[in-house]
Amino acid sequence: MLNPKLKLNPKLFDKDGEQAPTRAGYGTGLLYLGENNPNVVALSADLAESTHAHLFAEKFPDRFFEVGIGEQNMAAISAGLAVTGKIPFMSSYATFSPGKNWETLRTTAIYNKANVKIAGHHAGIMTGPDGATHQATEDIAITRCWPGIEIYVPCDAIEAKKATIASAGTSNPVYLRYTRDKTPVMTTEFTPFEVGKMQDFWITDKPEATIFATGYMLHYALVAAKELEEEGFPTLVVNVATIKPLDEEGIMRFTGHTKAVVTVEDHQVAGGMGSAIAEFLAKTNPLPMEFIGLQDTFAESGPWQEIIEKYNMGTKAIKSAVKKVIARKKK
Amino acid sequence: MTDDIHEEKLKELELKAEKGRELLIKTLLEAGSGHSAGPLDMMDVFITFYFHILNHDPKNPDWPDRDRLVLSNGHICPVRYVVMAMAGYFPIEELKTLRKLNSRLQGHPHRTALPGLETTSGPLGEGLSQGIGIALAAQLDKKHYYTYVITGDGELNEGNIWEAVMFAGKIKLNNLVMIVDRNNIQIDGFTEDVMPLEPLREKFEAFNWHVLEVDAHNIEAIVDVINEAKSIYEKPTVVIAHATPGKGVTFMEKDFHWHGKPPNKDEAKEALHELRTLRGKIVSEHQA
Repeated sequence: MLNPKLKLNPKLFDKDGEQAPTRAGYGTGLLYLGENNPNVVALSADLAESTHAHLFAEKFPDRFFEVGIGEQNMAAISAGLAVTGKIPFMSSYATFSPGKNWETLRTTAIYNKANVKIAGHHAGIMTGPDGATHQATEDIAITRCWPGIEIYVPCDAIEAKKATIASAGTSNPVYLRYTRDKTPVMTTEFTPFEVGKMQDFWITDKPEATIFATGYMLHYALVAAKELEEEGFPTLVVNVATIKPLDEEGIMRFTGHTKAVVTVEDHQVAGGMGSAIAEFLAKTNPLPMEFIGLQDTFAESGPWQEIIEKYNMGTKAIKSAVKKVIARKKK
Repeated sequence: MTDDIHEEKLKELELKAEKGRELLIKTLLEAGSGHSAGPLDMMDVFITFYFHILNHDPKNPDWPDRDRLVLSNGHICPVRYVVMAMAGYFPIEELKTLRKLNSRLQGHPHRTALPGLETTSGPLGEGLSQGIGIALAAQLDKKHYYTYVITGDGELNEGNIWEAVMFAGKIKLNNLVMIVDRNNIQIDGFTEDVMPLEPLREKFEAFNWHVLEVDAHNIEAIVDVINEAKSIYEKPTVVIAHATPGKGVTFMEKDFHWHGKPPNKDEAKEALHELRTLRGKIVSEHQA
């Protein structure tokens, strides 16, 4: 059942349940920060509207910088602003930022310990029809290896607003990952959010496996858990909204009884959230694991829901992975 | 605090530049790796900045109102380290630690390692953008300090530079001055062979910048050109500083092979001998 302590959206399984894109949470979160922190500034590389940064730009034109289609320039300008006391939020698509400008960010923002917030939008395969050129499916891997960065991947629009606001609360650089289309709203305004804390969204008396999910894919995991429970495979579903710093205590607590793990993410399995959890478990408590995500392949054009199914990332694939890890555990 | 410069101060700065070149050769020899040509050719510029142009306080390197000197071509950092040590940011003795374990003097400058460095640099093409960010923050905070960005010329091959040049031109950024170390060499050869930059003045002008040129080894002219740059307020200004690579050490001058290597013991001895003799020459010229 849904964890009652988390005050989740009770209608999250309904076909006509509320839906919103996580990028909308970025727009409203950034606007809130603009109103409450005069040091917050925003930059866009010709994508203000689709990243929802335009809400900030319209209200605070003096603190908004349009750099045109130049992601390296945006990264290094942000670093300069940050070392001079500003908190820059730089908005673009994740393929371009932190993709195209990776080394610029590495040198001027991350190694330089600059308080830069990198908002990577249109992440994952959800840019569907645009094709794999615009599907950022490596962004977690290429940021997770940076010393000193924090990485937040909100599961829905409400959590996205909270994560955006929370990112200004640390002086560390932060990578924030947002997606384009409307997806189910699973949390409510009353759902607690804390950076670095995993949350068990789906709980059961004697779970046999733990499903760690990040971003909007959490909804697929919850649907899978609900169906698995009816089929006699009780599970825990954990929302991994912070990938770095990794909630190691949470991993231990949520796998202590289940001793079997499935990770779910819209990202390459190499280097993503699943890899992070595997790296930790390998040295503390190795367990049977399955990884849902892109399996060392690029995706393609098409409606994103159909890509999810074709590339074995949907509910069916999650259920089959859960059954597999439970079987391996019992061997 | 940029003022016209009187004869006595000018002589003092010229002597400091020669002293700086000696220290630089010793530092490079001790480090055993690093770049020679660029640091030697920017010595006069760095001495002029740290001892005459910059509004700064070596004992208070985080002073919020200080002028910012951003070094984009981080590989010439030995010249910055030498001049910072001479200015009192840290003991001269510490120059011996360059490129060694546990040193604050990283092979390419790292902002958080040593107070007084404004940015982390080395990978080329990123300093102008960082300087723009610093200059924008000054405008937001209504501060009056200047941001100076020194770049290489080979570095202008990088696309990031032209993204930044385009942006600064667009917003008419007037509290930043870019100085190009126009020494005509890069690792693979002469700039005009590797990737031609000329006509460089016209390129900047086309991006709506004001362009000035100077002899990078004429301290009086450097002071004048920065004063002139600061008087231009309707657009950003670039100073193309024509430099002789390896300046002051004859066998290194104008030879691109000295871009990326330090002198060995014998070469350092020869270089130091020449620099010491040259110093005598400059003194006698001023006495004449």
